[in-house]
Amino acid sequence: MSEPAVEARGLRKAFGKVQALDGLSLTVPAGAVLGLLGPNGSGKTTTVSILTTSLRPDAGHGRVGGLDVVTQAAQVRRIIGLAGQFAAVDPNLTGRENLRLIGRLSRVGRRQARVRADELLDGFGLNTAADRLVRGYSGGMRRRLDVAAALLHRPAVLFLDEPSTGLDPESRFAVWDSVRDLARSGATVLLTTQYLEEADALADQVVIISAGRVADTGTPAELKSRFGTVLFQLDFGRQEDAQAGHMALAAAGYRPQRDGAGVQVRSAAGSGELAGVLRALGGRAPDPVSVAVREPTLDDVFLSLTSGGEAA
Amino acid sequence: MSAIAIAPRQVAADRVAGAFSGVAGAVCDTADVAWRNLLTQLRTPQALVFATIQPVIFVLLFRYAFGGAIRVPGTNYVDFLMPGIFAQTVAFGAVGTAVGLSGDLRTGILVRFRTLPMSRIAVLGGRTVADLARNLLVIAVMTGVGFAAGFRSPNGAGGLLAALGLVVAFGYAISWGFASLGLRVSDPEAAQAAAVPVLFLLVFTSAAFVPSTAMPGWLQAFGTHQPVDALVNAERALILGGQAAHDVLVSLAWSGGMLLVFALLAVRSYARMSR
Repeated sequence: MSEPAVEARGLRKAFGKVQALDGLSLTVPAGAVLGLLGPNGSGKTTTVSILTTSLRPDAGHGRVGGLDVVTQAAQVRRIIGLAGQFAAVDPNLTGRENLRLIGRLSRVGRRQARVRADELLDGFGLNTAADRLVRGYSGGMRRRLDVAAALLHRPAVLFLDEPSTGLDPESRFAVWDSVRDLARSGATVLLTTQYLEEADALADQVVIISAGRVADTGTPAELKSRFGTVLFQLDFGRQEDAQAGHMALAAAGYRPQRDGAGVQVRSAAGSGELAGVLRALGGRAPDPVSVAVREPTLDDVFLSLTSGGEAA
Repeated sequence: MSAIAIAPRQVAADRVAGAFSGVAGAVCDTADVAWRNLLTQLRTPQALVFATIQPVIFVLLFRYAFGGAIRVPGTNYVDFLMPGIFAQTVAFGAVGTAVGLSGDLRTGILVRFRTLPMSRIAVLGGRTVADLARNLLVIAVMTGVGFAAGFRSPNGAGGLLAALGLVVAFGYAISWGFASLGLRVSDPEAAQAAAVPVLFLLVFTSAAFVPSTAMPGWLQAFGTHQPVDALVNAERALILGGQAAHDVLVSLAWSGGMLLVFALLAVRSYARMSR
């Protein structure tokens, strides 16, 4: 029986009156990439802080590499790396100085710290900026440096707290690429994100959390089939027409949700399903005034989680 | 046990960590963090320049603006003044320790430090050691300005150096107090606002600028039983000459006691950040 790389059982943590974690449990198998998906304030960062030993849980326990994060915190710190959403690198040091410092403090030894810093600057495309002060870096460069800093001592388990929040698409893809490289090299990764798309792109397994508890869990494919990959937003202009549209769609086997003069339909079949949706309306309801096609957001997922609605 | 299967590296890491554990590791980490803090200060020279300009202005202000009106029997006012200005400078300079730490707290770099296998005390040790180095620089500049303004240190270089040693020891002890403060408030401005009134009280009720004998009795009772006053008296005895042993011991006792209490408080604040 192989031991999971990360295991949390019944984690609880309150900040004053706010219950940030309310009995959260999750498991990350060794070598897997787990996406912890949830909106702001759902407890993602608190979970990561506890599992990376910088915060104590009020109750429950966490284990990383089989080591308890409270009683064996010092050993846990040797096998983990953390890149936070706040890009914790020193703006007044150069990229190279930052990495060498973190390397020495990670106790890899002075020479090894230099070697690893050079390797990582190279690997993250920061070579030309290596000797410039980080305060002159772009957001994407800072984030890449932050991820690089988390990798200096070749951690067995890497925690990435919202690695691409606030990044432009190009930097986002660069961060994604490095996460994929890491996963290929056998590291276990726990990443938090607010974006379904990001979890889909990177994670083997997704845990959706809400208000400090696990709301749902599954592979990205499972979640997509549950929540749909596209969402059609039909606007009928009038409530009666929307009601007629809702009935017509329900009769055709869709699971529409009506909201005033609008109707929402999810589909796992992609945007091509629009033709089918419109055909279902044909004759039985007035034509919609406008149709929008978009990807479901985390809000949509939560809406269906809390309303119990499922996609067709 | 595949999580531990990434083991060859981890074993190596364990060996390095083991060799570095304990005191040697703490010293190395403290030196690394201190180096980082010094570099950071050198690269934000505005802060360093202002930290130096203010005490220099105080020297000139008290020497030339107020000095003419203040008569201290038996000595030149500038010789009387310099020990007071040294004490004031390191006392107020210690606010920088709180500001620096709360800045690190805000940027998130402390979170990273807390997840590294480094020594727990190095974050605080590295900060206070870097601030000590800054104090040395500021004191050197002030001494130079003092000499230009007529300061002569009548008891010679040995007395002056011994006095400056006391000043640096006091500055180091008080900066641990501010380290604790900096970890408790996440906002540098709040740290500063909380600290400055207390410092004003300590500095201006001491004999830093005027002899305590000129104060009413109730104020003397407070003013002459606190660390800034003890430091100023010891410095004066060393710089102006006279019986120094008792005053020096009292000042060292204050600094040692403050260092002990403040360091314990700061270490506890650091540990409590995980609650």
